[in-house]
Amino acid sequence: MTLDAKIPSGPIEKKWDTHRFNIKLVNAANKRKYTVIVVGTGLAGASAAASLGELGYNVISLCYHESPRRAHSIAAQGGINAPKNYTNDGDSIYRLFYDTLKGGDYRAREANVYRLAQVSGNIIDQCVAQGVPFGREYGGLLDNRSFGGAQVSRTFYARGQTGQQLLLGAYSALSRQIDAGKVKFYPRREMLDLIVSDGQARGIVARDLVGGDLEVYLAHAVVLATGGYANTFYLSTMAKASNATAIWRAYKRGALFANPCFTQIHPTCIPQSGPYQSKLTLMSESLRNDGRIWVPKKKGDDRNPGDIPEAERDYYLERLYPSFGNLVPRDVASRRAKEMCDNGFGVGPTKLAVYLDFADAINRNGKKWIQEKYGNLFDMYHEITAEDPYKTPMRIYPAVHYTMGGLWVDYNLMSTIPGLYVIGEANFSDHGANRLGASALMQGLADGYFILPYTIGDYLATAAFKPMQDADKAVKEARDATQARIARLLAVKGKRTPDDFHKALGQIMWNNVGMGRNKKRLTEAIKQIVALREEFWRDVNVVGGPNDFNSELERAGRIADFLELGELLARDALHRNESCGGHFREEYQTEDGEAKRDDKKFAYVAAWGYAGEGKTPVLHKEPLTFEYVKPSQRSYK
Amino acid sequence: MNFTLKIWRQKSRTDEGKLVTYTVRDISPDASFLEMLDILNETLVRRGEEPVAFDHDCREGICGSCGLMIEGRAHGPHRGSATCELRMRSFEDDDTITVEPWRARPFPIIKDLVVDRTAFDRIMAAGGYVSVKTGQAPDANAIPVPKHCAEKAMDAAVCIGCGACVATCPNGSAMLFVAAKVSQLALLPQGHAERKERVGRMLAQMDAEGFGACSNTYACEAECPKQISVEHIARLNREFIRAKVS
Ligand SMILES: Cc1cc2nc3c(=O)[nH]c(=O)nc-3n(C[C@H](O)[C@H](O)[C@H](O)COP(=O)(O)OP(=O)(O)OC[C@H]3O[C@@H](n4cnc5c(N)ncnc54)[C@H](O)[C@@H]3O)c2cc1C
Ligand code: SF4
Ligand code: FES
Repeated sequence: MTLDAKIPSGPIEKKWDTHRFNIKLVNAANKRKYTVIVVGTGLAGASAAASLGELGYNVISLCYHESPRRAHSIAAQGGINAPKNYTNDGDSIYRLFYDTLKGGDYRAREANVYRLAQVSGNIIDQCVAQGVPFGREYGGLLDNRSFGGAQVSRTFYARGQTGQQLLLGAYSALSRQIDAGKVKFYPRREMLDLIVSDGQARGIVARDLVGGDLEVYLAHAVVLATGGYANTFYLSTMAKASNATAIWRAYKRGALFANPCFTQIHPTCIPQSGPYQSKLTLMSESLRNDGRIWVPKKKGDDRNPGDIPEAERDYYLERLYPSFGNLVPRDVASRRAKEMCDNGFGVGPTKLAVYLDFADAINRNGKKWIQEKYGNLFDMYHEITAEDPYKTPMRIYPAVHYTMGGLWVDYNLMSTIPGLYVIGEANFSDHGANRLGASALMQGLADGYFILPYTIGDYLATAAFKPMQDADKAVKEARDATQARIARLLAVKGKRTPDDFHKALGQIMWNNVGMGRNKKRLTEAIKQIVALREEFWRDVNVVGGPNDFNSELERAGRIADFLELGELLARDALHRNESCGGHFREEYQTEDGEAKRDDKKFAYVAAWGYAGEGKTPVLHKEPLTFEYVKPSQRSYK
Repeated sequence: MNFTLKIWRQKSRTDEGKLVTYTVRDISPDASFLEMLDILNETLVRRGEEPVAFDHDCREGICGSCGLMIEGRAHGPHRGSATCELRMRSFEDDDTITVEPWRARPFPIIKDLVVDRTAFDRIMAAGGYVSVKTGQAPDANAIPVPKHCAEKAMDAAVCIGCGACVATCPNGSAMLFVAAKVSQLALLPQGHAERKERVGRMLAQMDAEGFGACSNTYACEAECPKQISVEHIARLNREFIRAKVS
């Protein structure tokens, strides 16, 4: 299969404009004749559903949560980028484009990234108009801060709850369309299969999580806005229920999965405290603006941090990267923390932590200043660890946080299945091998508010649609397959709980497919995952029945998919014989331990196609060409 | 630590429920309340029994999914935090802890500790928004908002929609929840064009859903995990009067 990204021709700053002019529009009066299903109500899904409703389409919106407002986006803390240049520090669309491409270690498409930077300013306008209470200065104008890996202040924030406020904004726009009757919303519904008829995505099969009924929703196009798959690792900063089922089912129906191994490990999370741990908590990276990261210079130094004099501390990021210091990109900060701990400099009871210290900032600006900026994060830390970060440094350790990979989409955000669009974290599009801070919120909302609503019109206006009914073959086949799968899960009646398997998978993933990867361990991991999956289908115990509110059944279905996706993730990591961004292959590093890319061999998107049960997936390559920014070795020294 | 738990079990909306006693042992004081329930559930599942159903997701106090009556208090003994943020170190060893769902007529029980709070979404759809279409917005800095107004609006906007205020209120009123939204949008110039309609419609929807009236007991403020102040209820009342007289 040749992958056509459908990138418009012309100079980069004109591409999106030209494209918008060239694509076909659906006549205003005709829009109501089209139905679009939007799965997911996070930033991407809620903004898309609301915008499509405003345009006049009939929208079906659903999610497995009780309310759109509970989507995982709600948990984002730090902020959202836009090159407004309100701070007059030299920011521009081009600079944001450049930073994002470079931050992604040159594994993203130039045209997509440029467009993202272009529309990001509109997002801030839109959110402010909705009543999102961003942080402001005394003059009443918007405040900005600098954020992970950027040398300009372009991050807009609402205390430490930016994701919450942006999602509530998108949710309010969605609620308005529900009120207007343009969007029909179905809570507590989980998409379990995609209906593909005559090669087009025409609907989904979903389970009503309250009563267990299988329902069919039919439409002219389907949009997946179902978030990332970091929970493949069991412990991550994702919400507990975040899962990959929707994109995995679409993959099995023919959509390609791009760069699955590009996962992000976030440097500043609260370290794990015991085996009962159910998830990890992020401490926003904005803390790195004012906190300094250090470890004792002496191995195994057990003194209280306060008793370790300045001269005996190693502020290793400041030492290694004098120009970026504590603000190096996440992949670099994470890897260095792991290295420090692996070499015996770790702190705290498990020795798997480094200090993040605010003493200097408190001395400089006062406690009140810190409180205003980070109060809720400090409270959260205190609550979880019973330690007061105003008095003693935080202990932090990296944790899996985000997935840059996802379903392959072209410039229009359409997957390889005509009529199936993928937006937000669920697609692979803009972040390459590493995402910069405050750019996921930006991408989700760019996709949902300002890109998809245009590009989907082109498809609807030009594709031919045959009428669909519940009785159609494709519908029946998908529904029967879903039913059979549920029955199969319930029929195993083995001994181990679903969660047991998830934890075991997480161990394999974290130890072998986590921050440092190598050929030997990846090969081993693939074997172990396959064996674990076989055991799952032999020995899992899913209690309860299919026609009931059954959280064990929900979980088991998701874990079954993680057990397949985990293998693909490891395969992709094994095939990519280079280090780039969050993908660090120990065999490929420079002398001072930085990631060593191989642009000759690997400047491409790896898009995997499903080949059938038990068959090796097929690799398709989309070459990446760089006309504007010349790939160089990233340097943050 | 060891605990005796008395947990509300109810198969479905129409079933009659009851408190069932369980014990859990060797729980770390650092475990969260929900992790303690996870441990109980894994034990139940291993025995082939159905686990206790409860809502949760972010487990960091922001999604509003979790919400349990613990020893008769919404979100448990700790002030200013949600159930998922509660750690077992807040209890004494060998404590007996009673765990029940939110109880309010507009929040029917789905199963065990899971209730249906979609009434909140319907209240939000009745005007809990600013009518601005995608693309219509002027430049973000075109409308300055005094910092103290923005901060106050943010104080209200942090509501997580958990329903603890309703569960705590002797009248089952959703006034604090409604006030948080009305107040946020009243404090910002963006919300002014629709302020009259908004307050009326949202209150009418609250009534229609079967929530009770506010009689100023202020129990809600004490149990709100985001410590949203009843000052916002006062602002809602002013908005309401203003809408009537103008
Ligand atoms: C703790 C944390 C902090 C973060 N902070 C920041 C930050 O400061 N800045 C930043 O830019 N990014 C941040 N991120 C990343 C960012 O929050 C996410 O990438 C982004 O919100 C994802 O949005 P989304 O709309 O793609 O998906 P989500 O918000 O994950 O939404 C997924 C939706 O899909 C639904 N869904 C999924 N599967 C199904 C299915 N099978 N059937 C039905 N519905 C389904 C869910 O119910 C949900 O509604 C953070 C992430 C975490 C974990
Ligand atoms: S006002 Fe407080 S208690 Fe009520 S729903 Fe909002 S956060 Fe929960
Ligand atoms: S689980 Fe999200 S607020 Fe408690």
